[in-house]
Amino acid sequence: MDDEAGRIGQSPPPEEEKTMDKDVMTVSIPASLFKKIEETIKATGDASVSDYIAKALREKLAQEEKKGDSFSQEDEEKVKERLKALGYID
Amino acid sequence: MISPHGGKLVDRVLNEDCRKDILAAAKVLPKLTINDESVSDVENIATGVFSPLEGFMGKADYRNVLNEMRLRTDLPWTIPIVLDASPEEAAKLKEGKDVLLENESGRPVAVLHLQEKYDFNKDELAEKVFLTMDKAHPGVAKVAGMKPVLLAGPLDLLEVSPTPFDRYKLSPKETRILFKEKGWKTIVAFQTRNTPHIGHEYVQKTALTFTDGIFVNPVIGRKKKGDFKDEVILASYDELIKHYYLKERAVMAILQMEMRYAGPREAIHHAIVRKNFGCTHIIIGRDHAGVGTYYHPYAAQDIFEEFPDLGIAPLFFRAFYFCKKCQSVVNEKICPHPTSEQIQFSGTKIRDLLVKGEVPPAELMRPEVAKVIMQFESPFNE
Repeated sequence: MDDEAGRIGQSPPPEEEKTMDKDVMTVSIPASLFKKIEETIKATGDASVSDYIAKALREKLAQEEKKGDSFSQEDEEKVKERLKALGYID
Repeated sequence: MISPHGGKLVDRVLNEDCRKDILAAAKVLPKLTINDESVSDVENIATGVFSPLEGFMGKADYRNVLNEMRLRTDLPWTIPIVLDASPEEAAKLKEGKDVLLENESGRPVAVLHLQEKYDFNKDELAEKVFLTMDKAHPGVAKVAGMKPVLLAGPLDLLEVSPTPFDRYKLSPKETRILFKEKGWKTIVAFQTRNTPHIGHEYVQKTALTFTDGIFVNPVIGRKKKGDFKDEVILASYDELIKHYYLKERAVMAILQMEMRYAGPREAIHHAIVRKNFGCTHIIIGRDHAGVGTYYHPYAAQDIFEEFPDLGIAPLFFRAFYFCKKCQSVVNEKICPHPTSEQIQFSGTKIRDLLVKGEVPPAELMRPEVAKVIMQFESPFNE
């Protein structure tokens, strides 16, 4: 296994990673980290190292999602008028 | 404010000028009549309730949702949003061309920019979404009645259809501005298809204790026989909020959407929709969106484990009941007393009392709420 982290390639996934018909990419991680995750998932119930990593990355990416809305001033005023008319705001 | 699902609130409602132009041009467009549930889907897509969807799903997204519970972009999405057509209807429509969608009364609803037509397997759809192929399941029965071709592509809504409940109808843009106006940063959503009993109030107020506001969001639309009518649900919640909630802490608006009774998958769908409305939390109780005994009572809570990237936090509640010893509403985590001390919030029991014209005991339902329900001659769907 390549020990350089963060490299995405098209090489086939490790033997124990059953990918079925999923559209997947291969990411290299240090072998020591792979082994550590293999040990960890015995207790977490994750089906494979790939599943564990995908879940962790999704969590991380969700935390970095930008917050906020961008409505125009005109839009906001129009909406506020309707909300007032319906009694939602005073 | 929490970001919409996928980062951008979809808005595909045409403005007045565009609508006039499109309607003038629509005379030459092929037409397709769609049922009320599809009209609701169209409106939910166009007003951002189903963000980031811009139209009915193509085959790649449809298959990914069935198999992975995610869109092709990896965003969580658990319920296929599709438009069915008969082979005869589909044969008249060309990919790459526009189609005018009309409701069953012939009123133009939207323009579908048709990109794709594809077949699908009804058994596979039923088994993956509803986890059963039993036709007694209302969702499976609906799938069995679907036409065999799916039409996909982005759409533009001509205008939002009027309903008898327009006073309660808010778009995600409107709720987001409303929450901002109220100064709420954390908002908990409560999904309902029922009139409120004391147990519901207990759950809502427990959640509200830790958030700035509650968004009571009844689902309006096709439901099962025996469910409360929409107008009864709204009137009963109006009464509850008026008498027992702080005006500055509770808001109610409807969600016009079909109940699919898909249990765990639908719980995720409900969470995504409420995230688009601007909610940061959603209450998920026992057997959320379930029907009969098709799902484990807490399957709709367990499924959230698979979506650490959902972007809205679920608040899980166990079964709750009134304990005669505690003299309050409790749940199985906090009450040590035996079942003989419990009074269950049985919907069937409350319903039976109401049908007989009897006011349910105050431990089960607020008298003001019961009174409003009993004012309706026929409060249940027949």
